[in-house]
Amino acid sequence: MGKTLAEKIIGEHAKREVKAGEIVIVPVDVCLTQDGTGPLAIRQLQKIDLEHAKNPQKTVLFLDHAAPSPRKELSNDHMLIREFAQKTGACLSDVGKGVCHQIIAESYLKPGDILIGADSHTCTGGGLGAFATGMGSTDVGMGIALGKTWLRVPETFKIEVTGKFQKGVYPKDLILYLIGLIGADGATYKALEWCGDTIDRMSQSGRLCLANMAVEAGAKAGLFATDDTTREYLEEHKRKKDFRKIDLDNDAEYEREIKIDASQLVPTISFPHTVDNTKRIDDINESIKIDQVFVGTCTNGRLEDLKAALKVIKGKKKHPRVRMIVVPASKKVFLDSLEKGYIKEFIEFGAAILAPGCGPCVGVHEGILGDGERCLATMNRNFKGRMGNPEGFIYLASPATAAAAAITGEISDPREFLIKK
Amino acid sequence: MILKGKAWKFGDDISTDLIAPGRLFHLRSNLPELAKHVLEDADPSFAQKVQKGDFVVGGKNFGLGSSREHAPTIIKLAGVSAVLAKSFARIFYRNSINVGLPVLICDTDKIDLGDQLEADLEKGKIKDLTKNIILDFTPLPGAMIKILNDGGLVEHIKKHGDFKID
Ligand code: SF4
Repeated sequence: MGKTLAEKIIGEHAKREVKAGEIVIVPVDVCLTQDGTGPLAIRQLQKIDLEHAKNPQKTVLFLDHAAPSPRKELSNDHMLIREFAQKTGACLSDVGKGVCHQIIAESYLKPGDILIGADSHTCTGGGLGAFATGMGSTDVGMGIALGKTWLRVPETFKIEVTGKFQKGVYPKDLILYLIGLIGADGATYKALEWCGDTIDRMSQSGRLCLANMAVEAGAKAGLFATDDTTREYLEEHKRKKDFRKIDLDNDAEYEREIKIDASQLVPTISFPHTVDNTKRIDDINESIKIDQVFVGTCTNGRLEDLKAALKVIKGKKKHPRVRMIVVPASKKVFLDSLEKGYIKEFIEFGAAILAPGCGPCVGVHEGILGDGERCLATMNRNFKGRMGNPEGFIYLASPATAAAAAITGEISDPREFLIKK
Repeated sequence: MILKGKAWKFGDDISTDLIAPGRLFHLRSNLPELAKHVLEDADPSFAQKVQKGDFVVGGKNFGLGSSREHAPTIIKLAGVSAVLAKSFARIFYRNSINVGLPVLICDTDKIDLGDQLEADLEKGKIKDLTKNIILDFTPLPGAMIKILNDGGLVEHIKKHGDFKID
């Protein structure tokens, strides 16, 4: 009997065969916290005199959610985190370096690792063939100090995707479609395992986007095998040695199998206030005016995403009513897009560029919505209040769909800008 | 342990953004202050009205969203004795146990706002005294019972110096 990726990776760490449903204690390879969850993790360790890091070079403390800090309380939290890093030798990713999940993928995580992070989108790391999952501050705090955690080996849904995306359709549309199909709790406690020729051809950036949103279907992890695409990604980030091939077993036991034909997908949008409230763009008949467009985050703030948005924008003018905010996910993405001239194009189009980080995604600063305002964002969740105001409305889509709205001032089909008639 | 109190009813998909909103990010290191806003975006008056021992009763997928442990922590700080729901999001469920807040899965459709409830954690039964019915809840996994019985994960590690869950 074959194994799922979750069983494979967790079993390697437990040093025995494991099956879905078992509870095991495993060593963790990488731990992360961010500035919203780090202070509590640190205080929990202080309570029991455990203020140290078992693997400091693989413990990464991020300042990304409220960065640069908009208020003194958060500046003090940042100080606490910096002090802890100093005391324990843990790595600090300070203001301006970027979103935790992007940096973890660029610089820390290897295929086959176990990563626990005090951030729900830690599952992004599954895109690199690692078992990566989000937990709370106390769990990750203990993981930092003890170098281990306990896990229930999840059952797995196999998601097989075949066929080619139409022009104007992206991995973001695929994951929104899947979440709409199975629901925001459709995969609670499960792992999603992605396969099929669409996935084989997909860029590393696209895989990270799919893995990132696993938690929006309730899943514990979103997992991918590794291949030449993974290898090239690691090489590009000067981590050739970190590559390891991890294959899928054909005869693993899956709880459920879902098949998706990528060629049938169209640009897809999540309507307020739940991610599974999705609509195909073809089915939207009303005009939905947009006040703010936001391109960025751990879901869609990578080079490829910025490029996709620019392709739509090229030669067009921004709608005068819309404000557009662009946030590169990391310092590297920022530098690369500067070099390619992307940043200049965005600025000339009329976008505001913010420092790498979470930007407006978590409602703490930068781009909070006014009462009744609507934002079309490339982020991963649209809960009421998410962008700092429960009276705001958030729609989720791909960077290309976001760019189309920046031009027309309403939800629009990006294919109209990409497909020559 | 027997818990007693009144039911506060909420709907499906109560996210951590509704429990502990991002706009109050700056209060995360001041939990008693943050607790004054608990569930504010779902019911603005809840924090003032809730009494010690009361129950938060949700629908499906309670606690979906971010990993912020502050969410179950401030529910507990507000005096709530347990959260009842048809299902919970994974991270919220685990966090609740870690901070010592019982989370019980049962058919909450039968419970209405204001019902007097009594939960027996050992027996796995919830009595709705107002309606005179008994609801069963799904027992917690063994590992979680051990952590909850020690008073949460910090106390568990303090007591054993390690994970002792099998
Ligand atoms: S970009 Fe948004 S979803 Fe991603 S880590 Fe930051 S706040 Fe969370």
